Amino acid sequence: MAESGKIDPMHQFAIEPLFGTDHLAIGGFNIAFTNSALYMVLTAVVLWIFVIGGMKGQQVPGRWQMAVETMIGFVKNLLISNVGEAGKKYIPYVFSLFMFILLANLLGLLPLGLVGVHPFTFTSHFTATGILAIMSFAIVLGVGFWKHGLHFFSLFVPHGTPVAMVVPLFFIELVSFMVRPFSLGLRLFVAMTAGHVLLKVLAGFVINSANASPLLGLTVGSASFILMIGISALEMLVAVIQAYVFALLTSVYINDAENLH
Amino acid sequence: MPQIAQIAETYSSQIFWLLVTFGFVFFVVGLGMVPKVQATVDARDGKISGDLDAAKAAFARADEVEAEYRARDTESRTAAQARVAQAKAEAAKASEAKLAAADAQVAQVIGAAEARIKAASDAAMSEIETVAAQAARDLVVKISGVEASEEAARNAVKAALAHG
Repeated sequence: MAESGKIDPMHQFAIEPLFGTDHLAIGGFNIAFTNSALYMVLTAVVLWIFVIGGMKGQQVPGRWQMAVETMIGFVKNLLISNVGEAGKKYIPYVFSLFMFILLANLLGLLPLGLVGVHPFTFTSHFTATGILAIMSFAIVLGVGFWKHGLHFFSLFVPHGTPVAMVVPLFFIELVSFMVRPFSLGLRLFVAMTAGHVLLKVLAGFVINSANASPLLGLTVGSASFILMIGISALEMLVAVIQAYVFALLTSVYINDAENLH
Repeated sequence: MPQIAQIAETYSSQIFWLLVTFGFVFFVVGLGMVPKVQATVDARDGKISGDLDAAKAAFARADEVEAEYRARDTESRTAAQARVAQAKAEAAKASEAKLAAADAQVAQVIGAAEARIKAASDAAMSEIETVAAQAARDLVVKISGVEASEEAARNAVKAALAHG
């Protein structure tokens, strides 16, 4: 694909087994340790180290401790404003989710290509975002049925629905409810994929135009490069926003399960 | 698009490693460490609100003490003013009495002196009469050689003195 100087913007999403683990398997399922898995492990380790720095428990916190406490306080406020006091028990899950996605997005944006390593954003794979979305959805279902039993189905019939509309509305609401895990997982996957493709396409413009002629390199190439700088900043914002949206929607859905409506 | 092209070979590995890493994050970081950080935050919040309450209580106590002090101050001020007024009245009364006594004494002294002056001037007057009568008899004797009676001389002197 990369022949004749062409740059394939999709190659960055290719998953490659590392360390010769191609045929590692459990029960017939391949579990090769891939570049994607490496970034998942890195994300988990970075998050772990980040939170360790906040464990000093000082009454007057240092910068690092303050940063960790601020992130946890942010998730706590998010849950309290969306779910109420009952939302506090979901802080460990939503914090893990938010920070895991946030760090995955940001680690994937690191300009490691400069030192010859290929950064990988596993949140640009719907196999990964789908699992996270299904986990959130499963928690919503589990909490909903455990707390409200079959009464949970009243979620699909809003208050004040005319009797004639109950059955059609029930199905409409059911569909919109069932679509949630897909929209949750796809949103993150699409946002990450689109951003990285755009950056890679612009980078291709810079390289190919500079290779074509100095004039093109100075015009198209430098314009693309300037655009890349702005879009890189935008991508960092998107990385934060998508993590926030994932956590926000999860807490909104948890609110449905906790309080019906 | 590798996400779709590779899905058959990679989905199991992706799911497995995501569950392993996110499971580590959730159980070790989320359940193990986040509550401890939150406990620190809660302890700090508790300490801050406790300190604020203590400060508020101390403020209230200070206000109370100040009010008490003010009340005591006003009370003692009033008492002092009453004492001053009383002392002033007493002093005025005492000085009045002293003045009256001194006045009486002065009046007495003046009266006595006036009486003495009157007695002295009376005595001097009668002496002048006697001397004038004697002088008149001597004059009469020298001029007319007639001995005038003492009574006549005295009457004449009296009349002359009365006429000034």
